[in-house]
Amino acid sequence: MTTPTITPYRPGQQAVRDGFAQLLWAEWTKFRTVRGWVIGMVVAALATVLLGLLIARGGSVTCQNGPTSPVLSGAACLPHVPLGPDGQAVTDQFYFVRRPLAVDGSVTVRVTSLTGLHANGNVRAGQAGQGLTKGVEPWSKAGIIIKASTRPGSAYAAMMVTGSHGVRMQYDYTHDTAGLPGAVSPASPRWLRLTRSGDTIIGYDSADGTHWTKVGAARLASLPATVQAGLFATSPGHTTVVSQSLGGGTNSGGPTLATAVFDHAMLSGPSPGGAWTGDPVGGNATGGAASSGLQGFHQVGGRFTVTGSGDIAPLVLAAGGAFPISTIEQGLVGAFAGLIAVIVVAVMFITAEYRRGMIRTTLAASPRRGRVLAAKAIVAGAVTFVAGLAAAIVMVPLGNRLANANGSYVLPVTSLTELRVIAGTAALLAVAAVLALAIGTALRRSAGAVTAVIVVIVLPYILGTAAVLPVGAENWLLRVTPAAAFAIQQSMPQYPQVTAGYPPTAGYFPLAPWAGFAVLCGYAALALGLALYLLRRRDA
Amino acid sequence: MSHGPPAQRANLPDHLPAEPEGMRNALHAGWTSLREALQAEWTKLRTLPGTPWLLAAIIALTVAVSTAAAAAVTCPSGGCSVDPAKLSLTGIELGQAVVAILAVLAIGSEYSTGMIRTTITAIPRRTTVLAAKAAIVTGLVLAAGTIAVLASLLAGWLILSGHGFTPAHGYPPLSLGAGPVLRAAAGSVLYLALMALLSLGIATIIRDSGAAIGTVLGLLYLSPIIAAVVNNPHWHNSIERYAPMNAGLTIQATTGLRGLPISPWAGLGVLAAWAAAALLAGGLLLRLRDT
Repeated sequence: MTTPTITPYRPGQQAVRDGFAQLLWAEWTKFRTVRGWVIGMVVAALATVLLGLLIARGGSVTCQNGPTSPVLSGAACLPHVPLGPDGQAVTDQFYFVRRPLAVDGSVTVRVTSLTGLHANGNVRAGQAGQGLTKGVEPWSKAGIIIKASTRPGSAYAAMMVTGSHGVRMQYDYTHDTAGLPGAVSPASPRWLRLTRSGDTIIGYDSADGTHWTKVGAARLASLPATVQAGLFATSPGHTTVVSQSLGGGTNSGGPTLATAVFDHAMLSGPSPGGAWTGDPVGGNATGGAASSGLQGFHQVGGRFTVTGSGDIAPLVLAAGGAFPISTIEQGLVGAFAGLIAVIVVAVMFITAEYRRGMIRTTLAASPRRGRVLAAKAIVAGAVTFVAGLAAAIVMVPLGNRLANANGSYVLPVTSLTELRVIAGTAALLAVAAVLALAIGTALRRSAGAVTAVIVVIVLPYILGTAAVLPVGAENWLLRVTPAAAFAIQQSMPQYPQVTAGYPPTAGYFPLAPWAGFAVLCGYAALALGLALYLLRRRDA
Repeated sequence: MSHGPPAQRANLPDHLPAEPEGMRNALHAGWTSLREALQAEWTKLRTLPGTPWLLAAIIALTVAVSTAAAAAVTCPSGGCSVDPAKLSLTGIELGQAVVAILAVLAIGSEYSTGMIRTTITAIPRRTTVLAAKAAIVTGLVLAAGTIAVLASLLAGWLILSGHGFTPAHGYPPLSLGAGPVLRAAAGSVLYLALMALLSLGIATIIRDSGAAIGTVLGLLYLSPIIAAVVNNPHWHNSIERYAPMNAGLTIQATTGLRGLPISPWAGLGVLAAWAAAALLAGGLLLRLRDT
């Protein structure tokens, strides 16, 4: 090394010049030439798909439309679920007292009372009067609505009083804005107004009918020239959210009715029809209108009493629904099997080097150890991402089709959400592989590293979704452990305006999809840092 | 892995206190009694650097998770549907993973270092080797498991009585004197031992520690996840009754026994059947295959 006249061959310099690409190529060559690892990756993809298929094949729903009609099964049981303007599945059932409204105009009303009845236990509300208890649901709604048509799922904007959430402006099923707080009563009535100009509908509320406050504005695309405007009342099924019991959940107890009293109803603007007509919207759409016999309205002078049952809201995955609902991510449960295979392969990608002494050759060829680790992480992550993506791309549409064929209604999502679920699953597997590689580098033993990674990712998920802990503890587990990353598979959001437990058991994660994924990325980064520190510090 | 010394120990009879002359003869004859195989396996497992750590981890992790689970649950005055014994033993779900490492390494580490060839040269009756390993691992797990379970129940007893699990709410204090609690405690220790045997059997079949532990943990942890999403009640029931973890952990139930998919002892029996099948297959393959 001291002879300046001859420039010796220095692999170090060479490596710098050839750069990182060559190192990546070397690691990729190592990966693809070990048969067990390639088989492991194929197994990961196949296990994801096959387990998903097995589970999707499992349950075929049977149903009966009436006591004497034949028993149907599978796709024949699929309900006709109305779709909202944005393509989401919705519930659209209410009693509508309406008049057509041509072009622009406004509707104003005073609400003086909102009361309710709910059926106890198995007693159907249709069996007039028997087993009914007084009580208004928190999200019982009554007020004024401007709706594109009486077809369930059509666009609308509404101002309403609610059981215990004050005045709200809601439109197109998912949008909800708070207005005046407090409950409505004859002593403290609520004035509501909606005005339409073109595509825009503006909602106002007032406590006295003279001082009006704007609550919100809705832009409803594709609103026809003549719309239906009027009064409505509706009340969702009696629901109590159980948070104390293990796993939490939703107790559904039969349909409910809401009755509202209106006066000073005024429709201004060109209206082709004269009299108010009343009819239930979305009668039998979701089978929950057992109480339709009690719905209706009567008018005495300027005073309207409207009784309705149902809900105008997005459809959510809640226990005790009228028909089985599933989500697109339920087809991806096989990803857990894929995850375990991926972890085993990624750990071995480094521990096999230690076992065979290959690591000494690797580090002699490329003395900058951080680059070796980076190259390995990129190769492991990229290979896993490809395998996971292939599996998820096959499985999500296939799972949806099989679930539908079994009579389970799959909640539709936008293609962007579907893309996030598919790519997110692949990314989750890839980051888990990087985490496994890092832990494998730190521990240098395959058994311990495989167990550690599986336990930190899978066990919190099991404890967080298996209803063995209270909801609060479950939510914390799914916030702070790497299992938070499964949030990236959640396709349906929680809606505050729909009462349900939204427990992790039903696939509702406490963190937003990308936030949950970031938790796993954080753990992977920490583990990589630790691995790098140990790799540099220790002898190979 | 420890380099070299175990091989020497197995071959150097003067390290063994009992009958060096007889031992040498036995080795030459290619026959060793189970007792001597046991001694050899005990020496190997005892001198592995990881063993004491793993045993400590079984106890520490089981007790830690059990304590955390018990601390997370309170029983409001309205009563609750919690099984306090099962809750106090939640840590078994993590402890079993460490048990699986211990059992898998008992044979997997021999395959990764090539030590298995020395072992089988020394004791040519391969089923004897496996039986000795099974006995040693089971003994260690029973010892560690007993400590872990008793400490978990003690923690549960201390914590839960302050969290509303009082006789006024229909919960007698956790006591081993009560039949179901004793069954849950003893059964959980047996559960861990059977889990060790299942892992040992799978590791003997697969011959690679990493892949074997992945298989064991997949077999354990996938079943509750699958059971949660299967719509078909018949399939759901089958998983609850015949998957090793779901069936085996029914032994921890002390309340609501009528609603169980399988009775506690039958559930543990299902796990025993899994363990026996894995060991049998492992033993058969060990005899038939080259090492």
